[in-house]
Formats: sequence, C-alpha cells, structure tokens
Amino acid sequence: MMQIIPLGDTALLVELGDTIDEPTHRRVQAVWQALAAPPLPGVIELVPAYTSVTIFYEPLQAVNAGAPESGIVEWLGAIARERIKNPPKIEKNKGRTVEIPVCYGGEFGPDINLVARQSKFSAEEVIKRHCKADYTVYLIGFAPGFPYLGGLPKELATPRHPKPRMMVPPGSVGIAGIQTGIYPLATPGGWNLIGRTPLRLFRPAEDPPALLHAGDRVKFRAVSREEFDQLEVRS
Amino acid sequence: MLKPGLLTTVQDLGRPGYQQYGVVVGGALDAFSARVANLLAGNDDSAAVLEMAQTGPELFFEDDTLIAWCGADFVAQVGGQPLPRERAVRVAAGETISFGLARSGLRAWLAFAGGVDVPLVLGSRSTYRRAGIGGNKGRSLAAGDILKLGEKSVRSATLLASLATTRQRASTWSVRPKFLGRIAPPGRVRAMRGPEWHWFTPEAQQAFFSTSWRATKDADRMGVRLDGPALALVQPHEMISSCVNTGVVQVPAGGQPIVLLPSRQSVGGYPRLAAVAAVDIGHCSQLRPGEHLQFQEITLAAAHELYLARERDLNRARSGLSRMAG
Repeated sequence: MMQIIPLGDTALLVELGDTIDEPTHRRVQAVWQALAAPPLPGVIELVPAYTSVTIFYEPLQAVNAGAPESGIVEWLGAIARERIKNPPKIEKNKGRTVEIPVCYGGEFGPDINLVARQSKFSAEEVIKRHCKADYTVYLIGFAPGFPYLGGLPKELATPRHPKPRMMVPPGSVGIAGIQTGIYPLATPGGWNLIGRTPLRLFRPAEDPPALLHAGDRVKFRAVSREEFDQLEVRS
Repeated sequence: MLKPGLLTTVQDLGRPGYQQYGVVVGGALDAFSARVANLLAGNDDSAAVLEMAQTGPELFFEDDTLIAWCGADFVAQVGGQPLPRERAVRVAAGETISFGLARSGLRAWLAFAGGVDVPLVLGSRSTYRRAGIGGNKGRSLAAGDILKLGEKSVRSATLLASLATTRQRASTWSVRPKFLGRIAPPGRVRAMRGPEWHWFTPEAQQAFFSTSWRATKDADRMGVRLDGPALALVQPHEMISSCVNTGVVQVPAGGQPIVLLPSRQSVGGYPRLAAVAAVDIGHCSQLRPGEHLQFQEITLAAAHELYLARERDLNRARSGLSRMAG
C-alpha cells in the first residue's frame, strides 16, 4: 500500500503501512533512500517514521522549480511516485550495527526487578535476554537522538509506569510495553529503567548529531560499573 | 542586557534538516514577523533576532545600531520616547531601549543590523532550551548577558548613516506584516483537514470548524492547548507515532485539540485532525490564555495561494527598500 497525504501546506506524508514490523520498516527505508538522492525540487527535508516518510517542502521553492501554482502537491506527489516506483532493495541486517554498552541494575536500573517479576525471570536472565536480542532503530524522535527500538523479546514487555518519573538521567535504558529505548537527555519519563549506557546519544557538536540513525541495528552489551566509568570518561 | 523580560531568547528561522535525528525545527514562532524585522534592519532573512514574550527586555547599547521590531503591541521606549514598531530605528551608543508589557498579543521579534552573533549549532542560532544548545549558551537571556552583533550590511550602514545625518530616530516608511498577503478575519485562522480527519465523528468534524475555541494557559513554544467541546473518534484507534508539522492540530485522548508551534517534536502519537495554514501560524503564537480562536476551512490549493501571495508581497517590499537604498 502507498498513499500520499498532505500534512498541512508544507509537508506530504507518504504512508507505507499500518503495522510496526520489519517489512514495513524496510519499505520505509527503501522509500526514504529513493526520495533522498538526488534532492527533490523544493524539498527541505525527509523524515522517516514507523510506517511513513514525510516530505517537508517550501511552496515558493517548488513553484520556482516548475510546480504549477494551483497544483504544487500533485506535481510533487507525481515526482515522488515516480521515484518510489523502483526503490532500492534494502536487505535484512545490511545496515550499520552499533553496540551499546549498558551497566544493568543497581542505581542505574531501578526497575530491573519489576521487569524480572513481570517476566517471571531472574534479573540476570532479563539482562541475558535483553543483550541476546537484535534490535532495529525504527525511528528517532521524542527527544534529540532518542531511538525507538524494535526487537524487544516479548517476554520482557512491561507496561510503562502510570506516573512518570520527574527526571530520568541521560543514558538510561528503558522498557515500555514491547518497546525499548535510551534517553539521550535528562527528561521526565515513564519507561521502566533497567540500566544505563555511558555513550552520548545526542551529539550537537557533530553532524549527524545523533549516535543512532533510523535503520541502524543495535546490540546491547552488559558491562560492569568499572567499565561503565572508564567508557564514560572516554565518551 | 539590563533586564531579560519574561522569556527572551535568540531565534532565527530554525534548524530544519535534523528532524530525522529528533532535533526540533524551532526558530522564531512567527518566522514571517522575524523576517520582516530583519528586512527593516537591513539583514538577510536568516539573521538571528530576539524573541520576547509577554514582558520584553531592557537593553543598553554600546554602539550606534539600527534595529526594528515586529509582532505584538508591546509598550516600548527608546530614550524616554516611544520606540516605533515596524520601522527601521536608529539607537545611539549609550542609549537604552526598554520593552514593557504586551498590550495585546504575546510575542514580538527584535532585529539588530548585523544580527545577533552567537555560534551556529547544527546550522542555526536558534535557542533550543530542552537540549541546551543554540542561542546564548542554550538558555534564555539573563540580566548581564552581553550580545554581540554581526557585521552590518551595506544597506543597514547606509540607512543608519542617513538617519544620523538627518537626526531622525526612525525611517518614515514602514513594512507591516499584516499588510503583506491576505490576513484572516480577526480571531480566525485558516485550516485544512489533517491525515486522521476521517477518524473523528461527524459531530466532532462539524464542531471543530464551528466552535469558538478558548486558548488555555497550557501553552508554550511547542504548542497551545485549546478548550471547547471534546472531539470524539468514531472508534478507538491505535495511533502509530508519525511525523507532525508546525500548525498541525492534534487531539489527545481527552478530546481537547492542541495547535503545534515551531518547537513541536518531530513525531507525535495523537490523531492529526487538521492543520493551520502556514500563513496563520504566527497568529496562534500570539494567543493569550482565555482568548478565542475559530478555524475556517480552506483547501490546500487556497492555502498555497495565500502562502505565495504573502511571499511575493514580501519580495516586493524587499525590492522597494533596496531601490530606496540604492
């Protein structure tokens, strides 16, 4: 399925599915790549999400590039459709794989026993399973550099806290339902915190400014407090 | 900076291009007013300005400068005299300008010839407080802060010199944002249907465009929550997080719509009932708690027509001014 729907007068939503899963994600990645290069006329940026790619455009630039004034969206939509006809093939496990060191439990993971109780595993087993799984970055959003990761083993799914914490420290690794993610900044948040990474996810002095990008594969690796401290100094 | 006002920040046209990394676009909440202020001061559109809210700042000038401001009707003075809005104004070294309360509306944009010179972060000088980047050390301005200005354009310098020679405070001409393009009737903004329009009941769809919505105090640079009849969905729907746009009207579970402003997040998880036309987003940034707002339905083609008309009027004003300076 594909639908192109206006999102206000400066964006077009290219809808590619209605489920959060790996095939839809790969389709989003393929369409995103097809639209990205060469740049579409009048387009400012492309933003991928779970099931869609959004095209942000500037109407005057589109008209200057040849769009008819009363049919900017039809013109841009037709160009986008033509591009999407032959999207690149995105193969499974072909993206970058980023390893995220995590110090689990203790003060860094105050909710690990809650997740353990919920899943009827020991805390050690929760850590083992969280590290064993392969994750995919479906999208970055909510906060700069915040990855929404797919691939959490179903048995670790834990509902989010009914009352969010006032402040979640940066680097916290959390579980909310079947999602797992990492907080790049200190923010309020309701996810179950199971550990913390010393890596900085948001890097405003770098371009791109995020450690993780949509489409990346992620593996978690359990590290000791000593290794966490050493890595933190280096990062 | 003698007094910072309630919330004064450095802003430009925002930080587009990084939404895929979760970085908000942000920038001046009424980018058009900021652009007009820059035009008046002889700057490029993208020069950094100060955005003030509700109570403005007090600034002491160490050098002769050309300034201009647009937006809400603030009480504003320079050297004990009213500081005219929507004109190029000369401020001499040693003078102080002060902004008091906004008499109506909420926000204004103050441009300085040369622009506020703070480092570019991810291509923009806009303050992004949540991430602590951009603007003046990633935060709002405080008393004692010193703002450096960039180099004046030839047009700014020429204009400043001619005002000084004739001992004029301000240009005789003005550029008024509300006379550019076609503004909406008072209390109204034009809006289009959003991607999840059909998820809402016919009653909700009808109510959206017929209600006089009341702005709540639940408002910031990310958006304004409105109060009115609860807008219901035909049936419960699991919304998969997806992109939003500035001006999008999203409706959380309680049924009270939120109009998104430029510091919105890149993705949202609520149904997108409608979207305010780009030309009317500035109006939404001026709403005070308790003020009323009505949405008037237009087509996408009509929204583009309004957009193009306003851009062309701005271009005409720009060429008019450069002819005068030349």
